Parts: sequence; C-alpha cells; structure tokens
Amino acid sequence: MNNSASPTAPATGKRPASGHGHRPTRTPEFERRLARRYRAERNFKRMGQAAIVFSIAVLVFLLGNMLINGIGGFQRAELSVEIDFRESGLTGDETSLTAPSSAKVLELQGLPEIVDRYAQRSLGAAGAEQLSADAWRDIAAALADDPGLIFGRETFELAASSDLAAGLADEGSPEMQALADRLQGEGVLSNNWDLGFLSRSDATSPQQVGIWGALKGSLLTMAITLALAFPIGVLSALYLEEYAPKNRWTDLIEVSINNLAAVPSIIFGLLGLAVFLSIFPNYRSAPLIGGLTLALMTMPVIVISGRNAIKAVPPSIRDGALAVGASPIQVVFHHVLPLALPGILTGTIIGMARALGETAPLLMIGMRAFVATPPDGFTSPATVLPVQIFLWSDEIDRGFVERTSAAIIILLLFLLAMNGLAIYLRNKFEKTW
Amino acid sequence: MSPIILILIAIGLSLAGWLAGRAKAWTFQESGSTQRPVARPTYHAWYVAVWIAIPVTIFIVAWSILSPQLVTQSVLASPGAADLPAFGFERESWLAEARAVAGGNAPGVFNEGAEALIDPFRQANARYSVIGYVLTVLIALAGGMFAFLRLRPDFRARTKVERVVMVALLLASLVAILTTFGIFMSLVFETVRFFGMVSPVDFLFGTFWGPDPMSSPDNPDASRYGAIPLFWGTIFIGAIIAMIVAIPLGLMSAIYLTQYADPKLRTWVKPALEILAGVPTVVYGYFAALTVAPMIRDAAVAVGIENASTESALAAGVVMGVMIIPFVSSMADDSIAAVPGSMRDGSYAMGATKSETITRVLFPAALPGIVAGVMLAVSRAIGETMIVVMAASTAANLSANPLERMTTVTVQIVKMLTGEGSFDHPATLSAFALGFVLFLVTLVLNFIALRVVKRFREAYE
Repeated sequence: MNNSASPTAPATGKRPASGHGHRPTRTPEFERRLARRYRAERNFKRMGQAAIVFSIAVLVFLLGNMLINGIGGFQRAELSVEIDFRESGLTGDETSLTAPSSAKVLELQGLPEIVDRYAQRSLGAAGAEQLSADAWRDIAAALADDPGLIFGRETFELAASSDLAAGLADEGSPEMQALADRLQGEGVLSNNWDLGFLSRSDATSPQQVGIWGALKGSLLTMAITLALAFPIGVLSALYLEEYAPKNRWTDLIEVSINNLAAVPSIIFGLLGLAVFLSIFPNYRSAPLIGGLTLALMTMPVIVISGRNAIKAVPPSIRDGALAVGASPIQVVFHHVLPLALPGILTGTIIGMARALGETAPLLMIGMRAFVATPPDGFTSPATVLPVQIFLWSDEIDRGFVERTSAAIIILLLFLLAMNGLAIYLRNKFEKTW
Repeated sequence: MSPIILILIAIGLSLAGWLAGRAKAWTFQESGSTQRPVARPTYHAWYVAVWIAIPVTIFIVAWSILSPQLVTQSVLASPGAADLPAFGFERESWLAEARAVAGGNAPGVFNEGAEALIDPFRQANARYSVIGYVLTVLIALAGGMFAFLRLRPDFRARTKVERVVMVALLLASLVAILTTFGIFMSLVFETVRFFGMVSPVDFLFGTFWGPDPMSSPDNPDASRYGAIPLFWGTIFIGAIIAMIVAIPLGLMSAIYLTQYADPKLRTWVKPALEILAGVPTVVYGYFAALTVAPMIRDAAVAVGIENASTESALAAGVVMGVMIIPFVSSMADDSIAAVPGSMRDGSYAMGATKSETITRVLFPAALPGIVAGVMLAVSRAIGETMIVVMAASTAANLSANPLERMTTVTVQIVKMLTGEGSFDHPATLSAFALGFVLFLVTLVLNFIALRVVKRFREAYE
C-alpha cells in the first residue's frame, strides 16, 4: 500500500488541462497531504507492533525472571558429613530400622548428638554449627530406606543453615561468607540439586521446605472441585440449551450464571466463609471446603463453555434421532452430549486451570495455615500451591525468594500442561459441521 | 466411620441393583411371551439403581451431619464425662482432643482430664459406625426390593428414569440461582449486622479508614470506618492506572492482530497473549512486589522523588494493567470482527487508508462493544485481589500521587478476615460490607456491559 504513491507521482501535472480550467489532481499540497496520510498509516501500524512487542516482552521478562530465580530454588546448599556407623554406637537391624517409629528410636539412641560429633570432625566447630538442626532426620530416613548402611561408613549431603546458604550465595554477613568460602574450598559445602523439594512439605527454614504438601492439597481440592462442578455444570448446560422453556425462571438462571462468571473470586471466599464454614466449623482449611468454594466458582465457566459446545451440534442430528423414535432424553444423552463432549471438556480444563491458580477465596476460608505435613484426606488441614506461594513470598528470609520462584515454576508447569491438553483436545476433536 | 466407605457401599449396592434389574428384564424378553416388554432392559436396570442410590445418598448426607452429634451425646452420657468442665472453651477443647485421639488423628491428649473420654469416644464411634453401615444396607435393600418387585414386562421404566433425569437437570441448573442467592444473603446478613454498629453514612462517606480489631466491639468508633479512601484507592489502581496501561495496549494489539498481522504471526502471538491471561494472579502479585515495585521506586528516586514508596499504587496498577491486556484485546477483537465488512469496504472504496478506516469507521462502529469490554475489564480489575494484597499497601490513603501507598477494598477484606478477629467485631464485619459494595458494583458494571454488547450485536445482525 505504501509504495503505490511513488510510481504515479511523476505523472503529476502532465494531464492536459481541459478548457474548463480544471486544476491538476495531484498538486503539491495533495502530495504533501498524501505523504502525511501514509506517514500516519505507518505510525499507526508501528504503534500496533509496539503494543504486541511490549506485551510479549513483559511475558518473556516475567517467565524469564521466574525461571532464573526458580532454578536456584531447586538447589540447596549442602554440607558433606561422613558418618561411620560401626563406631557410632547405634544399634538396629532391618526390622527396627524400617519400623514406623525408627526415627524416634534413633533419636533416643543419640543420633542427633552422633551427627553433631561427626559434623565437627568433618566440618570443624564453626561449620558444624551451621548444619541444620533437623539434619539427623534425613539420616534416619536414609537408614529406614537402606538399613544396610548401619554396618558401614557413609557420606551424607545434609542441608546447611540458611545463614550459610546466604554466605555461599555471596550475601549475608561477612563471617558467613568467609566460612562458606573456606568450606567450599575444602570441598564439603556445595550447591546441589534438591530433589527433596518435590517430596517435602512446608517448614520454617527455606533449606528444609518442600512443595509436596501444597501440591497434594491442590490435587485433593481440585478433585472435589471437578467432582462437583463438572456434573452440575454439564447437566445445567444441557438443561438450559436443550429443554428449558422460555420463561422468567430460565431468564433468572441465565442471569445468575452470567453474573457468577463475572463475580470477583474473593466474593466466593466470603460465601465459603459465611456459609460452608458455619455448617462445617471443624473443617476449616480442609480441601473439602476449598473444593466446594472453587466448584461454585468454576461451575459457571463450565456451563458457559458447555452451552457453546452444545449449540455447535447441528439441529439435523437431533431431528434425525427424533425421527427414528428416540425420546428427548435419548436424543440428548445418546447423540448431542457425546458430540459436544470434547468442547465441554476443553472448557472444563480451562475452568479447572483457573481454579488451580486461584488464591483469594482460599485465603478467606483459612487455607493459609502453616501445614508441615501433607494432608491425608479431604478433611485434614491443607494448603494449596498458590497459597503456599503467597505464604512464602511473605517470608523475610532471602532463601525463600528462590523457593517461591521454584514453586511458581511448578504451578506454571501444571497450568501449561492443562492448557496444552485443552488445546490438543480442541484441535483433535473439533468438528465443523 | 468414614463417609468414603459408605459411598463405596452405596455405589456397590447400586451396581448390584442395576445388574439384578437388568437380569430380571432379560427374562421378560427371553420368556417368549407374546407381548414385547415396554422398556429396554437397561432402563429397568437404571430404575432399580436409582431407587437404591437416591435414598442411600440422602441417608449418607444426613448421617454424616448427624452422627458426630450422636457420638458426642453418648460420650457425654458416659461415666467418664463426669469430670468434664460444665461449659466453655475448656470443655470443647477436652472433647476435641479426645475425639482426635479416638479417631487416630492425634498421638495423645494434652489435658489429662480428656484421657477418660478417649475410650467412650472409641466405643461410641464403633457403635455408630456399625449402625451407619447397617442402616445404609437396609435402606438400599428396601429401595432396591421395592423397585425390583415393580419390574414387569409392561412396566414403563424408561418414562420413570427419564423423569428422574429431568429433575436432576433442573436441580443442577438451580444451583446457579442458589449460589447467587447464597452470596447475596450472606453478604446482606453480615452487612446489616455491621450497619447496626456503624451507620451507613459514616461508612460510605467517611474519609478516614483505620478499624482497630483489638478495640472493644461494643462501642465502635464510627469515625474509623470511613471507606472513601478504600474506594478511591480501588478506583485509582483498578480503573485508572490499570486501564491507562491496558486500554491502549490491548486495543492496539487487537487492531494489529486482526487488521495488519499475517495469519502466521497471528497463530503464534494470540496464544502468547492468552498465556498472559492464564498466569495466576498470585504470580503477578509476586512479580509486582518483588520486581516491578522496586524498579519503579528506584526510577522515582533517580528522577528526584525521594518519598516514593515500595508499595506504590503505580506498581500494583501497572501489573494489573498488564494482566488485563489480553482481556481488553479479546473483547476489542470480537467487537471489531462484528462490524460488517461492507462498512470497511465502503471506506476503502472512498480512498481511505487502512488506519483511517480503522480509526474513523471500524472503531466508532465497534465503540459500544469496546466500551462494554472496558467495563468488564474494570469490574475484573477492581475485584482483583492477590496483586494488590501483595504489592499495594494496607494503609489507607486519600491521594492522587501514584507513587504513594494506597490500599483497596479487596486488600482490606483480606486483612480483616485473615486476622484473629472475632465474628462479632465491627472490624471483621466491615469486610462483608466492603464485599457487598464490591459485589453490587461489579454486578451493575457487568449487567450494563452485557446489555450494551447484546444491543450492539443486534444492531449489526
């Protein structure tokens, strides 16, 4: 479009003026005006490009930021401590070490002191002080996994204190930095990949925290949400699209659903607090209540996307089924629903992804407590991934910054997987009639 | 006793009823009688299963609410409960501890007095769980037998089952009304209680916000409950700063993507924008608090503004605006796409350039839709919680300086309800009043916006 001006330009003024005193069409003012208009056109296009570039840049910056910080969150500073169990005085065999109470028994046998003694031997007094206080639990767990260790000598990688971890990252107090340098030089302090982050739960020290407790809480909550929101959403979409008579009640239902889809999520939290928690006061911060609350929030999303999917099934299918003698219920459940199901599932996954990232309503119903053990059921206290991220982001300890970003990466991976699945379903099963 | 086991029993019994019903219905077909059965065997099967599942489900729900109370009552009647304090907090905590130990949720009791209650709890739990199982099975058998005996070749099982399905469909769609009603009632109920303590005039028009959850709840200082600074903060962050970011960027990216970009670019950029919308708000909040807010503060200090806050309204508003971009963009996309192509063609035919066509023809024609989209975006922004909770301040401030600290309605709701405040305190109740205002405002915005969109669509159809 831009280059269309120049080839015609030399023609300006060459057109013979007719006897009526016509001025040439392409006067210098005209050319200037045209150039200005094309300039405006180019600028406008550039503004559009700039808007896109800016949005994408923010996205890349956001994700990159999380990724760079988060990689550190999957690592932790660990001290190598060599323990010779033969001379430690610990006793135990296959059965006693794998029993559920083995940690308790080992504690009574003095495992914490033994770990401290060997730590002083391997790391020196100043280094041993920076071994985290719970380090012996890791050793107890290792012994429970492999009781044969107790007959030999073994080097363990144990979490350092968060002060020392800061020192290793060249932050924190100068003494710690010096100590970290010394220990690193001796080869007993290093940043290692921390797979335990995926299997532990919340803790007070960033060196000891893990994501599994919150992840399990999220999965339990999502299970309740899906079990409630999916059937209710699909049934009410079917009713509204296929059977509902046109009357005031139907209008009221439609208005309710459209409004619920737009109500701020925190309002659902207020509902959960005022209604669900007064019916079940014992289940504060349980996945059951969280799931109920999120189900009410997700249901309208499923209804709206479900109705669109049902609407897309052509009427000829219904007419055909009716013509061969199917009842209205058979038409819908045998023919319309199977054809609309991929679309409904896509909407459901998108709604569930939204619910998985939702924080505010769960804060309201008390899922923000410090929960150090993974929940064992739908009614035990739990927290969920986004709330865990919120809680960690409030911590003052520097080590939590990286852990928070690592938790965000895990949350984003889940969301990416869910959205990817939705896109796959849409592309695979989408039909144009 | 776990409800999960009861549910499994119910599913198992329903399945058994289903199979039995179908088996009986098969005999109708095979018996070679002259009359064909009215309904297919599957419908007989479902009829029996429904007659088992529905009564049992009702029973399980009622039982799981009722049985803990029955257990507690029988424990209180046991001799071990003689030492229990007469009433109050201690009594509750003894009971709770003993219940937890008996249920296997706690290793031991903290109060020694609760020790005597553990065994009564165990016995009562065992007794009532047996009663629960027996009643479940009995109800299932009764329902199943009733249905099973009614099965005959001329029994219209399909009509009956379909009636149940219709009722289920209707009930499911009533959940939406119930939820709306529940939200409305719970907000109104607590708000009325709040207005009993603090007058609505003080709340809606007061200019100082500083509730003290520690003060005596009996005689609240109404002058501390002026919500104007909160409303201003909400509007300033959500409707002004965020929209200054989101409207131009969202609109321009929608225009570029629909009018200029070649389809290949579009297939890549559009999902990328959707990712921006899919990022959880807690992540945006973290990003705002940790990265954007310090950046803005440093920039402000660099240009000589010394008192810039790290909890500035600007940081929260800008990040919120970025979050809203895809929303505005998709609304604008829809509105522009709804403008008939003939209008665009007419404009081109008159010699207008692309940008002139967009700004003078398409944009004015799509304006109602775009305005409605912006209204929806505003309603989303003012209800947004996590970004402001994490990046904005909790201190109320009536100021037009974007670099100052400011708080919003949602921040205060979270602050008032996540503390340890009692439910009778006006500070706690004020959260519900704020929630009610928020609910009404978003409701009105959405209602108007949906109306506008509907009328706008009709105008071009």
